Amino acid sequence: MRILIKGGRVIDPASRIDAVRDIYIEEGTIKKVSANLKLNKTNIKVIDARGKVVVPGLIDMHTHLREPGREDEETIASGTRAACQGGFTSVCCMPNTQPVTDNQAQVEFVMSKAQKEGWVNVYPIGAITKGLSGEELSPIGELKEAGVVGITDDGEPVANSMIMRRALEYSKMFKLPVISHCEDKNLSVDGLMNEGYFSTILGMRGIPRQAEEITVSRDIMLAGMTGGHLHIAHVSTAGSVEMIRRAKRMNIKVTAETAPHYFTLTEDAVKTYDTNTKMNPPLRTASDVKAIKRGLQDGTIDCIACDHAPHLDEEKNQEYELAPFGIIGLETSLPLILTELVDKKVLTLREAIKKVTLNPARILGLHKGTLAVGADADITIIDTRLTKTIDKFESQSKNSPFIGYKLKGFACYTIIGGRICLAEGALVSR
Amino acid sequence: MKLKDRNLLGIETLDPAEIDLILNTAVPFKQMFTRSVKKVPTLRGKTVVNLFYEPSTRTRASFELAEKRLSADVLNISVATSSVVKGESLIDTAKTIEAMKADFVVIRHSMAGAPHLLARTINASIINAGDGMHEHPTQALLDLFTIREKKGRIEKLNVVIVGDILHSRVARSNIWGLNKMGAKVTVVGPVTLIPSHIEDLKVKVSHKLEEVLPEADVIYVLRMQRERQKQHLFPSLREYSELYGVDMDKLAKCKKDVIVMHPGPMNRGIEISSEVADSSYSVITEQVTNGIAVRMAVLYLLGGGAENVEGAE
Repeated sequence: MRILIKGGRVIDPASRIDAVRDIYIEEGTIKKVSANLKLNKTNIKVIDARGKVVVPGLIDMHTHLREPGREDEETIASGTRAACQGGFTSVCCMPNTQPVTDNQAQVEFVMSKAQKEGWVNVYPIGAITKGLSGEELSPIGELKEAGVVGITDDGEPVANSMIMRRALEYSKMFKLPVISHCEDKNLSVDGLMNEGYFSTILGMRGIPRQAEEITVSRDIMLAGMTGGHLHIAHVSTAGSVEMIRRAKRMNIKVTAETAPHYFTLTEDAVKTYDTNTKMNPPLRTASDVKAIKRGLQDGTIDCIACDHAPHLDEEKNQEYELAPFGIIGLETSLPLILTELVDKKVLTLREAIKKVTLNPARILGLHKGTLAVGADADITIIDTRLTKTIDKFESQSKNSPFIGYKLKGFACYTIIGGRICLAEGALVSR
Repeated sequence: MKLKDRNLLGIETLDPAEIDLILNTAVPFKQMFTRSVKKVPTLRGKTVVNLFYEPSTRTRASFELAEKRLSADVLNISVATSSVVKGESLIDTAKTIEAMKADFVVIRHSMAGAPHLLARTINASIINAGDGMHEHPTQALLDLFTIREKKGRIEKLNVVIVGDILHSRVARSNIWGLNKMGAKVTVVGPVTLIPSHIEDLKVKVSHKLEEVLPEADVIYVLRMQRERQKQHLFPSLREYSELYGVDMDKLAKCKKDVIVMHPGPMNRGIEISSEVADSSYSVITEQVTNGIAVRMAVLYLLGGGAENVEGAE
């Protein structure tokens, strides 16, 4: 298929372009990027992108697709539909499925299923330890061979410092980042929300910020010791931001992500006992939100990843204590970034786009995240002026605290490998 | 005047005028207890479901008597005898109760926010009879009633709440209520049992009971649950009792007209000595009587007060 994207504002942080350009796509790759392209070719699909923003296809590096094991909550098909609707062309799926992605066969299952049914590129993340038990390393070399782009025990911390040390050392041979879910479980035990004023008045057990920060601090020390690549998942506290900032100054190989809810919501959202405010790490305070935004501004936090965590209505619609942690995010991530960060001048559009394209691509070693000539034609076209109220989802689950939010800025085209999968805001074909 | 909300989920959301209204309404109900026929037809034809997910003797009995003295039809569902043990969700239980056309649901639950979930799901008026560590509003109301009755006022009284503040819904509801009514509240207990940011609720915090006793008009003693010791919150019950147990020696430091309160059930010899519990300072049995009157007032007012119920006072 030949596609010409005409007249859009092209932002490609990798090639330092932010200007009105035309992009010509043929055979799944980007062939030409220049102003006022004149082509002597026929049978070209022309997309009028005037007034729109054309960026490299968005990458979400922290997604739970739930398949295999919890296909009632989400499948590779439904989760990648949600991703496509949200403007993502690639997602990285977490290994805490049933069974766990801790061996080659599981990686191959996910990849072949994604090949057959997926709407976007799917990159599996493998487990650090077998069965996420925290006790014995997975066959990390074999996982890499099978196609994983990182390793994590996400959902569970690696409690044993020796195991974490070995993971950081061993993964260096395969250039895989170790993605750490930072939580001291002895300290967060039975906690439901941030420990503070609101946990006190709501009568719920608190998760102190130190439960996250102690592990961030330990992992930074281990990264410094081993030279391994540490990536901190879902940063939620001011203290974590500060430690990562210092570690980067010390040239320790650490990168970090945060999720849109950590720069949008605070712990007071829990007041109504709405279980869609229950996530791990929990929503923190206004000063944490401020620090997260500062961390995004100065580059301490490299990426924004939504930690898409689908759960059924009947799982969420029960007592707060019984409801599972996590919210969906793929379809609200981009609009929240644009509404909360770009519109409110926390980040420029270019900086924001970099955190969901080039930066995750670099961290994971993906040949994605750019609109340079010769690159895969993964492209997202954004209508930054479109305002919509969040009320429906492609995801099989609906557990979002943002239902009813009026947000500004949505994907209108998602192009993956030169195929138009989302057109004028509607899913077309995979 | 009426209550603003059709549910009573906590004291936090009540304003002082509403608390006054409930306390004033409870006065004639209490007077009625001295009559030979302790019953009015106020809630005749109305159905009240007492949904208890936690063992409770006095709160459940108190609600049941209040309901019966208002002539309501009463249904008791407790966890041991219901389908809950078969794994029915709160939502499904709620829908079943809704289908039975209950007018009120009194819920006791071990998890904070369960009454709120119920209130979002069904149309009946929900009364929180204690939810986890969150609130126990009718307990606080009966405590306020008792203080007002004994002291003639609540405003400017020094109230000392001593014990396990962290896990106590009674403490939280009383802090809200006492503050709203103008009392000065001090919470006392070991550091490990004082929740974070409690000062933001406009209370003073102390860890030395003896130091705050001379000023106290009311000593409110909380129940100490033995299992807290296993959670590393304090080293031994003996040590707790020495530091925070209210006995006659400690009471000797207090004003002559101090009153001692306890929500029950008591651990005699741990948080309160038998001597104190049975002394003239203690108003603990009075609290029980007042509990019925206050719960009658709450049911009466949530039912719409004089407008919607038959044969009001």
